[in-house]
Amino acid sequence: MSAARVGVVTFPGTLDDQDAAKAVHLVGAQAVPLWHADHDLKGVDAVFLPGGFSYGDYLRCGAISRFAPLMDELIPAARAGLPVLGTCNGFQILCEAHLLPGALTRNASLHYVCRDQPLRVEQNATAWTSAFGQGQEIVLPIKHGEGRYVASADTIAELEATGRVALRYVGNPNGSTNDIAGITNEAGNVVGIMPHPEHAVEELVGAPSTDGLGFFTSILKKLVNA
Amino acid sequence: MARVIVDVMLKPEILDPQGQAIARALPRLGFSGVSEVRQGKRFEIELDGPADETALAEVRKMAETLLANTVIEDYSVRVEG
Repeated sequence: MSAARVGVVTFPGTLDDQDAAKAVHLVGAQAVPLWHADHDLKGVDAVFLPGGFSYGDYLRCGAISRFAPLMDELIPAARAGLPVLGTCNGFQILCEAHLLPGALTRNASLHYVCRDQPLRVEQNATAWTSAFGQGQEIVLPIKHGEGRYVASADTIAELEATGRVALRYVGNPNGSTNDIAGITNEAGNVVGIMPHPEHAVEELVGAPSTDGLGFFTSILKKLVNA
Repeated sequence: MARVIVDVMLKPEILDPQGQAIARALPRLGFSGVSEVRQGKRFEIELDGPADETALAEVRKMAETLLANTVIEDYSVRVEG
């Protein structure tokens, strides 16, 4: 059997693509580099949109990236069911691309926050969170200045009522509505989270945990069973 | 040639911590009587031709597509005369 292939996208200004590729490799899948300027998803089975400052965060975080040539391919593929995980800047891009509702804006404190963050898995019936127990508490690094999740009251109510809040902060670091740290689309294949699972996969590098591995084993399990 | 101005502001219900920080700084600088500050963005769009209805419709489309994130922001379009 050939290994599951997970695409890792690089935009100009992306920072976490190497860690993401390493994490994909650690769980036994193959990381496939995807370039923002290509109209080519290279037939991957899933896509990881890493963090960073794509296009310098000009205008708004993720606002320019969503119009990258690769996104022309990724958006319809995600709508058709391709599993996509966006972390940090990747989450911002997914919101700007309207693959996920709402938006991420300036932290209420105005401070850039960089710390190990306790979180609760609120929905494990997604392509990227099935390895966790429902309600399981985990710790992942966060590092962002614009991670405050906002949406209309109707959207928040719908997310809550339909179990689409995937991850919630335990101790709100940025003023996010309802402590929301991550959400999923209706189908559960597109997930966006502010924390960084790709930085919490190996104890050797001083990560607060290896809880990040769960996101990668979740997608691997899904692809192998598919 | 005409210049069209697009103003983009966070929707009133969205917290604007940058505006709040500015409002807090003003009294320290000796400015009084300010009850609130909200910060936004201004875009100056230079058109090749006149700012007729067709051109303005295009600018509104630009605002809707790229300049503003209408999930959290409102925009307004006007011709600078």
